[in-house]
Amino acid sequence: MWNLLQIELYKIFRKPRTYLAFAIIAAFIFLIQLGLLVNGKDWMKFMLGSLDETMAFNYDELINGYAVCFVVLNLLLVHVPILVALVAGDVVSGEASMGTLRLLAAKPVSRTQIILAKYFATAVYVFALLLWIAIISLVISIAVFGTNDLVVAKTNGLQVIESNDVLWRYFCAFGFAFIAMMVVAAISLLLSVLSENSIGPIVATVGIIIVCTLISEMEIPIYQKYIKPYLFTTYMLGWKGFFYIGSTDDNETIRGSIQYLPGILKSIAALLVYIVALVGASVFIFRKKDILS
Amino acid sequence: MASIIQVSNLSKQFKDIHAVEDLSFTVEEGDVYGFLGQNGAGKSTSIRMLLTLIKPTAGSISIFGKDLSTNRNEILKQVGAVIEKPDLYKYLSAYDNLAIFAKMSGIKADKKLLMDQLKMVGLDERANSKVKTFSQGMKQRLGIAVALIHNPRLIILDEPTNGLDPQGIADMRNLILQLSREMGKTIVVSSHLLSEIELVANRMLIIHKGKKIVEGKVAELLDPSRSLVQIETSDNTATREKLQQTKWSSSLQNKEGKLQLKMNKEDVPQLIAELVAMQVQVISVDPMHSLEDYFLSLTTQPGHVESFAN
Repeated sequence: MWNLLQIELYKIFRKPRTYLAFAIIAAFIFLIQLGLLVNGKDWMKFMLGSLDETMAFNYDELINGYAVCFVVLNLLLVHVPILVALVAGDVVSGEASMGTLRLLAAKPVSRTQIILAKYFATAVYVFALLLWIAIISLVISIAVFGTNDLVVAKTNGLQVIESNDVLWRYFCAFGFAFIAMMVVAAISLLLSVLSENSIGPIVATVGIIIVCTLISEMEIPIYQKYIKPYLFTTYMLGWKGFFYIGSTDDNETIRGSIQYLPGILKSIAALLVYIVALVGASVFIFRKKDILS
Repeated sequence: MASIIQVSNLSKQFKDIHAVEDLSFTVEEGDVYGFLGQNGAGKSTSIRMLLTLIKPTAGSISIFGKDLSTNRNEILKQVGAVIEKPDLYKYLSAYDNLAIFAKMSGIKADKKLLMDQLKMVGLDERANSKVKTFSQGMKQRLGIAVALIHNPRLIILDEPTNGLDPQGIADMRNLILQLSREMGKTIVVSSHLLSEIELVANRMLIIHKGKKIVEGKVAELLDPSRSLVQIETSDNTATREKLQQTKWSSSLQNKEGKLQLKMNKEDVPQLIAELVAMQVQVISVDPMHSLEDYFLSLTTQPGHVESFAN
């Protein structure tokens, strides 16, 4: 299995397409950082709207490395699934269209091992992608903008997270994002097993995410009650929960707390169930599949 | 000699299409076994079943005396294959491709072994070139290197000369003969180019519409004494009826519209004499003894199954 994983990683990281995602992410984050560096105060004033008139903000402290990273994650994590699909959707179908799948499947390794090795290799790619995002959005932002308290908008107002209570939340958020992206990878893997060309699974994965996200966000009662609880997209944005801090009855924030921890744990459990079901289905189908490509 | 492959009553059905039907054959150790058939005859489906790429609908396959369905990995460790086009990872070098498939075959191949293998197929100087820069012939040679890297006992080559130029075809033929004669490998080679099989195989099977038409030793199938003779007369139907009353009736072949007899070449003058005596006007007599003629005559008679080896 270790041999297979090494081979799959080698194949993924020797493809130029793989680095496209890293380049797109770097360009996107640098643009945000540059924009906030040059014109961050005006942007923040615009975002705070009428609150700026009722409260006095120190904008030099508001725009810090943690805040920039939070902005980046809010804007970027919605689009990362596309970059994950770009690689995960190609792992089996790409080999089928290239004609190498028959060589692979005629070797003395089980088909289950082949699929699992491909999924684990995709996991390494997703991890590398998120690590890249973390390095650029967090480390560089901290280096450029410094650190300070993080102000996060909630439905009932603003909350302040002390600067020494922020970093661990980012680690947790990236960990959660990893699990969420692995669901996307599992969907792409299943579609890749069913297809014999690379583009189909990539486009289909993106299509599924768009449709599910729209249904998740539509405030239609019948959807909310009967469909939303079963959609993976309902749980994918759970990383934000790590930035909702618990508070006392006097509305004092409690350092090191998470307001809706059970909700986050439920989201993680739901996403893990999706991963097991989708990867299991991929293995089952691939084991039965006649390789005609 | 030990049986390397034993296929019994193998069938594969894709929805309404019977791709392979009740196919049985045996490949002995050291054979170069030709698998012949027109395009769509079921050769590739059969070969893919031997490599576990396609699951049979019915029947069994035994390789090296073990059931393939229950000993898959153990068997495939000793099998090398080139399946149709030699598609490899185009964005990787020849060396990297070979290293990947060596690892997948379960062997630890050092640089020397990999380079020796590339040298054997004449690609050592292009070891670091990406496969996307290779010609079809070079890809085919690399495919052979991939098939042989783990020193398999059994080599399966599905249409190995497809897309090759005449020199490439000759090289492939020489390689097959070298593997068989010098290294003692058992080889199954499929092709629709009958002349190629004629030159390399010692035993062969002809498959048509998924069914076995004939299996036997190539030398016996090509034996001039078992020639197929085609006769054209002024009235073939009447001549057939007349011949059915004679000792030649058992030699008559069921070829619609044509008068063909399977007979010893030496008996042709006697046949002509008897036809003349029966007042039949003979227009031409053509002995058909190339494998290609034989193949064409057989594949137009579905259901005709026989074994020359027996």
